[in-house]
Amino acid sequence: MKEFVRHTGLVAPLNRSNVDTDQIIPKQFLKRIERTGFGQFLFFDWRFDDDGRPRPDFILNQPPYNTATILLAGANFGCGSSREHAPWALADFGFRAIIAPSFADIFYNNCFENGLLPVILPEEAVSQLFQLAEEAPLTLTVDLEAQTVRDAHGRFSSPFTVNPERRQKLLKGLDSIGETLLHEDAIRAYEETHQLISLPSL
Amino acid sequence: MAAETLFEKIWRQHIVYQEAPDKAALIYIDRHYIHEVTSPQAFEGLRQAGRRVRRPDLTVAVMDHNVPTSDRSLPIQDEIARRQMEQLAINCREFEIPLFDLHHPDQGIVHIIGPEMGFTQPGMTIVCGDSHTSTHGAFGAWAFGIGTSEVEHVLATQTLWQSRPKTMEVRFVGRRPEGTTAKDMILALIRQIGVAGATGYVIEYTGEAVSQLSMEERMTLCNMSIEAGARAGMISPDETTIAYLASRPYTPKGAAFEEARQRWLALATDPGAEFDRVVEVDISQLAPMVTWGTNPEMSAPITERVPDPEDEPDPVRREMMKKALEYMDLKPGTPLSEIRIQRVFIGSCTNGRLEDLERAARIIQGRHVAPGVRAMAVPGSGRVKRAAEAQGLDRIFREAGFEWREPGCSMCLGMNEDILAPGERSASTSNRNFEGRQGRGGRTHLVSPEMAAAAAITGHLTDVRTLSSEVLS
Repeated sequence: MKEFVRHTGLVAPLNRSNVDTDQIIPKQFLKRIERTGFGQFLFFDWRFDDDGRPRPDFILNQPPYNTATILLAGANFGCGSSREHAPWALADFGFRAIIAPSFADIFYNNCFENGLLPVILPEEAVSQLFQLAEEAPLTLTVDLEAQTVRDAHGRFSSPFTVNPERRQKLLKGLDSIGETLLHEDAIRAYEETHQLISLPSL
Repeated sequence: MAAETLFEKIWRQHIVYQEAPDKAALIYIDRHYIHEVTSPQAFEGLRQAGRRVRRPDLTVAVMDHNVPTSDRSLPIQDEIARRQMEQLAINCREFEIPLFDLHHPDQGIVHIIGPEMGFTQPGMTIVCGDSHTSTHGAFGAWAFGIGTSEVEHVLATQTLWQSRPKTMEVRFVGRRPEGTTAKDMILALIRQIGVAGATGYVIEYTGEAVSQLSMEERMTLCNMSIEAGARAGMISPDETTIAYLASRPYTPKGAAFEEARQRWLALATDPGAEFDRVVEVDISQLAPMVTWGTNPEMSAPITERVPDPEDEPDPVRREMMKKALEYMDLKPGTPLSEIRIQRVFIGSCTNGRLEDLERAARIIQGRHVAPGVRAMAVPGSGRVKRAAEAQGLDRIFREAGFEWREPGCSMCLGMNEDILAPGERSASTSNRNFEGRQGRGGRTHLVSPEMAAAAAITGHLTDVRTLSSEVLS
């Protein structure tokens, strides 16, 4: 997995709450059997009109935000469907971090598996960032090692926390399955002492 | 031992490894359901790393999300969907996983066939790469949706790392009024606490009204837990649970069933066990609910009007309401019962079971779908379809002008050809009214099967209780 230590990049503000994964990537693009190539479909119905032309009023169609690498969003980002195609699309588009006051659980988990860092900041801090981003294009540094978000001009700095095990995995870019298999003896012991209900072959 | 909740018992019984009580635990997974849309990349990951599936015998695969619901003897039109289904068949052969493919007589929606076959049992940990996995919580299982990387992790290790969720009791108080359903109960809860109201929590539903629900109704309730943001929703096993399980093909039989029965009933939340949070929902005045907006908390009783954003004091919520009404093309103050619909969908893992079809059939029997309305009934599984046909429900639906289709997820998420055209409006028994969910530009009103049936007959959202008093008695 791609590691994440710190990242400095342009912020794209998307001031909406409850952005669901159906909006992040609509269902008609879930039929691929690869993990790659989803960026072109990110926010498809918001980015493109009925004839497939980019909608000029959507933030990711406006330079320089089309090259943004940090997404700033409202509360409960990523709610709805469990589709990991959502973080795949965000990462493939070029995003490395998402800042929001809260995330839906499954989406939050999925991000960590893809080197995409979801950062939870207090509501007031997020409002302040929206304000700064509205005034002029905003560049932020998201530092997972120090667990801070800051700008280069000293106008904004806020700490955040991430579960320590997840932080370590992401800092080192560890393979989750490889890490779990270090506990294979415990898994085997569990299987030997518990009644598991096998299914017949159909 | 201290009094424990159902969830706490299941959690404790499934810890494989935990460094310290405040750390994430490695949890054993008893049952892993997979389907064609969220699994191909997981199998590809296994292949690239040279890994095997640890417990194919605890895994079941189903084709449901993008299967056609029309004539199955015809070739599949959608090339990419066909490729995804073929890939699942290849993966199941290679890794020796049992598969319900398109032509299996018991094929259906994963969350419908798991329970009806008896694969889902109380006390289990159950995962699937699908957020509506919470459905299985109706049996007193801890069941939750996961992403594809986690699917790969479970395939390879039969475990998942989990931080311990908080527990929430949702206590329904009061008697459920005649003409209202489990769907109305869950929509009322989501309206009360919001789409992120239960984020970080596992819900247990309690109260007399929950005890009185059938297993199929309990599944409807647990199914939409995710729409309140919950990590899972569950109900303590009782004699209703036991009676349902007794007749399933893959549950224990005879003495083994009696032993299991004792074990299952002992899982129920102990008297005096405490939850981290308790929410009460008063359903004594519950009316049939309909959504008017673009997420499941934007709902109201059918007797009300489209709300006015100007009445909303919170500016962020006001803006969201405005956007939602604009997308839905609705004017504040319009009576909900005057909203005209062009499509009706009865089906999905929320409301695609036999009782759902029976209740809808009672409404439409002897009536006909309104002119200009296209209505579909999509049984949730092969078993549901055969049982319905044995009662002649297919005839009732067809004679009323409904299409009677083959099992699958269908128009709930519109991954096959069952979609809304831009601007079309549906009354749908599914679970999500997000923008474009049922087709780009489509507008979805979530309702119970009875309410969907009533809307099909009149051509507009309708209070089923007023449609005709005799059909409800």
